[in-house]
Amino acid sequence: MKKNLFLIILFYVFLKPSISFSLVEIDITRGNLDPMPISVSPFFSDKITDENIKENLNIENLGLEISKIIENNLEKTGLFDAIEKEAFLQKPDIAHLKPRFEDWALIKSQVLITGKVTSKIINEKDYINIEFKLWDVLGAKMVDGFSLTTTPRSWRRVGHKISDKVYERLTGESGYFDTRIIYVAEEGPKTQRIKKLALMDQDGFNTKYITLGSELVLTPRFNPANDKEITYMSYFRNMPRVYIVNLQTGEQKVVGDFRGMTFAPRFSPDGKKLIMSLAKDGNSEIWVRNLETNIQEKLTDHPSIDTSPSYSPDGKFITFNSDRSGYQQIYVMRSDGSKVKRISFGKGIYGTPVWSPRGDLIAFTKLHKKKFFIGVMRTDGTGERLLTENFYQEAPSWSPNGRIIIFYRETKTDDKGQGFSAKLWSIDLTGYNERLVSTETDASDPSWSSLLGN
Amino acid sequence: MNLSKILKNVFLVVIFGLIVTACATKKSVKTTTESSTTTTKAAETQKADPIEKLDALMQGDVYIGSDTVGELASGVPDRVFFATNETILTTASRETLRKQAAWLRQNSDVTVVVEGHADERGTREYNLALGERRANAAKDYLMTYGVSSDRIKVLSYGKERPVDSGSNPLSWSKNRRSVTVKAN
Repeated sequence: MKKNLFLIILFYVFLKPSISFSLVEIDITRGNLDPMPISVSPFFSDKITDENIKENLNIENLGLEISKIIENNLEKTGLFDAIEKEAFLQKPDIAHLKPRFEDWALIKSQVLITGKVTSKIINEKDYINIEFKLWDVLGAKMVDGFSLTTTPRSWRRVGHKISDKVYERLTGESGYFDTRIIYVAEEGPKTQRIKKLALMDQDGFNTKYITLGSELVLTPRFNPANDKEITYMSYFRNMPRVYIVNLQTGEQKVVGDFRGMTFAPRFSPDGKKLIMSLAKDGNSEIWVRNLETNIQEKLTDHPSIDTSPSYSPDGKFITFNSDRSGYQQIYVMRSDGSKVKRISFGKGIYGTPVWSPRGDLIAFTKLHKKKFFIGVMRTDGTGERLLTENFYQEAPSWSPNGRIIIFYRETKTDDKGQGFSAKLWSIDLTGYNERLVSTETDASDPSWSSLLGN
Repeated sequence: MNLSKILKNVFLVVIFGLIVTACATKKSVKTTTESSTTTTKAAETQKADPIEKLDALMQGDVYIGSDTVGELASGVPDRVFFATNETILTTASRETLRKQAAWLRQNSDVTVVVEGHADERGTREYNLALGERRANAAKDYLMTYGVSSDRIKVLSYGKERPVDSGSNPLSWSKNRRSVTVKAN
């Protein structure tokens, strides 16, 4: 977790083009069936840089690797189609200085990304400087770019920051590539699953295991206001309780002093409060704990099961699920617990409501006719849209820009009880671009971080 | 999925030795109310054998077989089973819990943990709450029969610890359970 400390951005220079408006733009509000052809030239570097990087990172061609990160990120959005590098006619160093636009237009590229990597020594420490430029091939001009200096080991994050910049420039939406996902890594037979907390970059790299698997752990969630902090539930000493973990120091503490199981934790958008359920004497209610004052308060008061709470991004409302109607359904209340209102009225049962970071939608899990769906509805319950259907899937979590939902899916076992697996999947809000999210082990309960800070 | 009070279709997969017969059967099931714990049902079917076999294992969708059932003590079963999304104790469950209570009254130094479980057909967090509710239903019944509450802890595992890894109604019925385990 110390990696973040090493990402010291010394200068972050924006190479602003003279004309700010570009011809190339992508509308991502519809399912995109016609991805934009894009060329990511390998970033070039001089011999001294290559030698330094080989020594520091044991990577032969860092510039090529960075270009692959960008390609991979952009292709996975479904909005871009990266052109094979073998087709490129111009060398990386010359293209970065001044592309011959006709050469790129010839291979049908609408957008070109070029870059340069230079090693630097500052105060006897190694750094790398990475410069990148985004070119509009048809408009024959540079449309964006920046230069930043960082420690060599943060090189993947530079690739993600460039991807974010390109995505933002071309779609008008904020990016989501320089982010992490916390999840539960699973191993072993279905009846005795070993579960560990795991943290990885959004693209599946740099996986780190936060717990050892000696106790059952469930439902980790990022603090949206602090990407170094998560909350989760652990069965440590057979006392199922909610914990908060500092990912940088490894320090963790149990939240509150409850006589009963605490579960289903989530931070408030400002990170100053934690909402969760407390199960006691056969009844589950939603509680809030102020992490600054340590004052805790019960928000629901009903003999039914009230759980899976999630704040609206302005912190004024909480959505949750309750079976007070006889079935599990979705409700919204003010964040002080008043004005409880049911919002799900479709056929089936509804659970795990999660408020979009944009505020306009709630993602949920639905069970209907023996199938599980991930869907979205407006915050008043109208406009229900089911994005994906399967044997079992649940636990939606939003990308920080609210465009993508990550969730987990479990397979049906065969007649002998074999063939179980749990995997992370992602899908666009449009319902297009469903993808397996690669993880080292089986995985469940994903939570997407905000864009990382420095 | 609270289907116990309404008519429903039950799809049952029946396994006979090496021959696997998947048999979709339309069943009319009338199950328990709060006051009555007996389950009655009328099954219409042409294939009598598979249904008899399943009748021996499930009543409504409550498991009534003995596979997976262990002992808290000699002659005292350790677990009771529940209908989908339900926490109501059946007649058989009450009998099991009375046996547990009698044994616990005779062995007053023993403390127990009642573990509550759910099947895999529900969201993780809801199932944690449901498991807790089931464990407390068993705990309350033990208390009614004279076991003091400080001898009984409850622990919900939700759907995290199934005993049967199958993805079919029979497997799920075995997993909807509360298990009384000696704690000392």
